[in-house]
Amino acid sequence: MEITKKELPLARSMCWHCQSDIGGEYFCNQCVKVQPLSKDMDYFTCFGLPRKLNIDTARLETKFYELSRVFHPDFFEGKSEMERAVSLANSAILNQAYRTLKDPLQRVEYLLRLEAGAAKDIPGKAPADLFEAILEMQEHLEAFHAATAENDAKTLARAGELLRGARKTLEAKRAALENRLAELFQIWDKLVEKPPHDQTQTATKERTLKEMRDLLSERSYVMNMLQNLNEVLA
Amino acid sequence: MARIVGIDLGTTNSLVAYMNGKTPTVIPGPEGRTLVPSIVAYTPSGFLTGDAAKEQLVRNPEHTVYSVKRFMGKGLADVTQELRYFPFKLTEQNGVIRLQIGNKSLTPPEISAMVLKELKARAEAFFGEEIRKAVITVPAYFNDSQRQATKDAGKIAGLEVVRIVNEPTAASLAYGLQKRKQGIIAVYDLGGGTFDISILKLKSGIFEVLATNGNTHLGGDDFDRRLVDVMMQDLKVKHSLSVEGRPELQQELRIRAEQAKCRLSTDTETVVEVPLPDGKGHYRRTFTRAELEKLVDDLVEKTLAPCRQALADAGLPATDVDEVVLVGGSTRMPLVQQRVQALFGKTPHCELNPDEVVALGAAVQADILSGGIQDMLLLDVTPLTLGIETMGGVMSSLIRRNTTIPTSAKELFTTFVDGQTSVDIHILQGERELAKDNRSLARFQLRIPPMPAGVPRIEVTFMIDANGILNVTARDVRTGEVQSIEVKPSYGLTDQEVERMIRDSFVYAKQDIQERQRIEAMNEAESILRATEKALARAGNLATPEELAAIQAAVANLKSAMAGTDHRALRDAIEKLNKASYSLAEKLMNSTLQEALKDKKLSDVT
Ligand SMILES: Nc1ncnc2c1ncn2[C@@H]1O[C@H](COP(=O)(O)OP(=O)(O)OP(=O)(O)O)[C@@H](O)[C@H]1O
Ligand SMILES: [Mg+2]
Repeated sequence: MEITKKELPLARSMCWHCQSDIGGEYFCNQCVKVQPLSKDMDYFTCFGLPRKLNIDTARLETKFYELSRVFHPDFFEGKSEMERAVSLANSAILNQAYRTLKDPLQRVEYLLRLEAGAAKDIPGKAPADLFEAILEMQEHLEAFHAATAENDAKTLARAGELLRGARKTLEAKRAALENRLAELFQIWDKLVEKPPHDQTQTATKERTLKEMRDLLSERSYVMNMLQNLNEVLA
Repeated sequence: MARIVGIDLGTTNSLVAYMNGKTPTVIPGPEGRTLVPSIVAYTPSGFLTGDAAKEQLVRNPEHTVYSVKRFMGKGLADVTQELRYFPFKLTEQNGVIRLQIGNKSLTPPEISAMVLKELKARAEAFFGEEIRKAVITVPAYFNDSQRQATKDAGKIAGLEVVRIVNEPTAASLAYGLQKRKQGIIAVYDLGGGTFDISILKLKSGIFEVLATNGNTHLGGDDFDRRLVDVMMQDLKVKHSLSVEGRPELQQELRIRAEQAKCRLSTDTETVVEVPLPDGKGHYRRTFTRAELEKLVDDLVEKTLAPCRQALADAGLPATDVDEVVLVGGSTRMPLVQQRVQALFGKTPHCELNPDEVVALGAAVQADILSGGIQDMLLLDVTPLTLGIETMGGVMSSLIRRNTTIPTSAKELFTTFVDGQTSVDIHILQGERELAKDNRSLARFQLRIPPMPAGVPRIEVTFMIDANGILNVTARDVRTGEVQSIEVKPSYGLTDQEVERMIRDSFVYAKQDIQERQRIEAMNEAESILRATEKALARAGNLATPEELAAIQAAVANLKSAMAGTDHRALRDAIEKLNKASYSLAEKLMNSTLQEALKDKKLSDVT
């Protein structure tokens, strides 16, 4: 590991090198020096994509490869220290952007951050319709652990069976959440195609965002539970 | 731009390659061999590397070190299990292993630097110019400390390491360049000391690594040890012999075991014969391939879990892999090929020389960096999750494994008590939950001006660059100023230590050069002595008594110079003998010429 003492130039409207106007280009028109990407640049814009949730992944990949060929440090070997630093930082942003948009869940989380200022990590929340099942599952888990400690094979087998049942319930819930999420993706994309011009439509947009956020929150809870269960039952 | 060479710094063998037009090519040594054994020996007159050092393995086992790559970026506690297999001594200082050779205590980067220097010299002789820049390969699963140690080795050898490339990815570059293939490929690399698996997507010149995994402590060396264990047991039972205190025997067993293992890749049965100490005859043992396969089965099996994990991380079933490429000498074993074939369900490719393909790939990457090849681009990943220790000794992850590099993560730090002037940060790499189960990379301290608790806001950026090496910057959010950081690497050299080693290496190099010159002069002296003796025997009668006396005096003088160590005195003596015997040599030549001409017609000569 190394300590870097230099700071990067921040993205500005002027070239960091010759101060001429760059008008949002990657390279300065005057001195051809590579320009830093803004850290706040929206990833959809970065790839020239509309802010939709079902995206053309082939196009995303093509664009990612294209931009990698523009910014990758391999092409800046032998350039000035500053240009190398800009290439490094830009590549890091580009890779992060691609990783985020490639995965549908990270994509929707990112969209929620952009559109509704959601937190980076959406906290998990237990689905209300599963309260009872979850409470029961906790009991089975306790029984399971107690039986393991006491080497009580019979209780262990019974608790194991009940836990496997609970796992089925959780998996079904997960599938349901993901199906609904897919529906919301469609709804959202339609709204993007026809931007809302009246109050009800704006309200629909907000409702959709909120529902997606709640779904993600519940999904995160369910996934955690499932992971725990899988570890216990393994 | 200055020339950049590609180097494969292997556990067993190292190579240097360059781009010959559009073809990556390995640079051979003076004898035409391309591999340089990664071995360093210390003799009373200096250090030897490569083939010369290999000859010292049995003769001088305590002072001949090999497989040093296994120690890069490691502490002594990491390698206690295998200490008994090495006839040389290891110690530790400040978290860095030291190898005791002669009266010297050297770190793995210093030893590796000697091998790198040999390669550098080879390239310099080939191009007739100084080489200052190199791309060096490392196992994909190397952590930050191991990568940094490799970079340090380069520095000590006088090379700027312009890029650290992962071995399997380098192999894919060489492979992809030749085949112009598209699709998903898996590179399975089993060498002397390390195992790597990488899954890549090749598409229109982009080599995108999807996932990588491996084991930096698993390779052919471990197979050899299984055979050595059997032989040691035999010796104990049949000859009441232990290798304890017999480094020559220990080394002999290892070498014979390795040779037997290699033979068993083509033969189904082989005999190992080892001379016993004190002229007590020989130890003989027949090994069958089946026996070897049984002995190493669990080790080969151990490579499969990382393959499955890499596939899972890439989100692909094995059936989606279009081609499997084998790299590394140990993939010549039929058992390894069978297992790989069974896992991926296809016949693996091994048409490119598995010893050379990594170095060739390094040369391709060097060419890309020099602006030669422009349509190929490698997008690699970081093999291990990077994180910091948080409350309760838990690791909080910042950058996940298999994230495309370069990549960065930011983290805000503040103070917990009023007037607190520093914050300690512990950086880790690994996949486990608890900090103590992961690899500690470094601890560093952020300096903070005294303020009420919670007011300071220090943003730390963790950037993994294209070499897979972590760079850390800290910035005060309020003032925007860069903050100073004090780092203590857990398993690495400090900058000052590296600087000192660079200086030391020149001293060793001087010794090396002197040793080389002495050896050359010795060889020359021996051949001129032989020639003089022959000349005297054939044509002594042609010399005058004065000439004869002068020659005899010069011979005596040369013989005494050969007993000494001063190569300049040796050169002088050679020169004197040359002069003394000159007139005799001339007479001899003339008489030989007349002799030869006797039977010939005049027309043949003119
Ligand atoms: N025919 C063979 N059969 C079995 N093993 C072989 C054969 N030829 C070479 N090996 C083994 O391959 C290993 C060396 O391979 P290679 O040169 O690829 O390793 P390396 O690059 O030095 O090591 P690493 O990549 O792990 O740093 C040695 O353990 C050697 O015994
Ligand atoms: Mg290798």
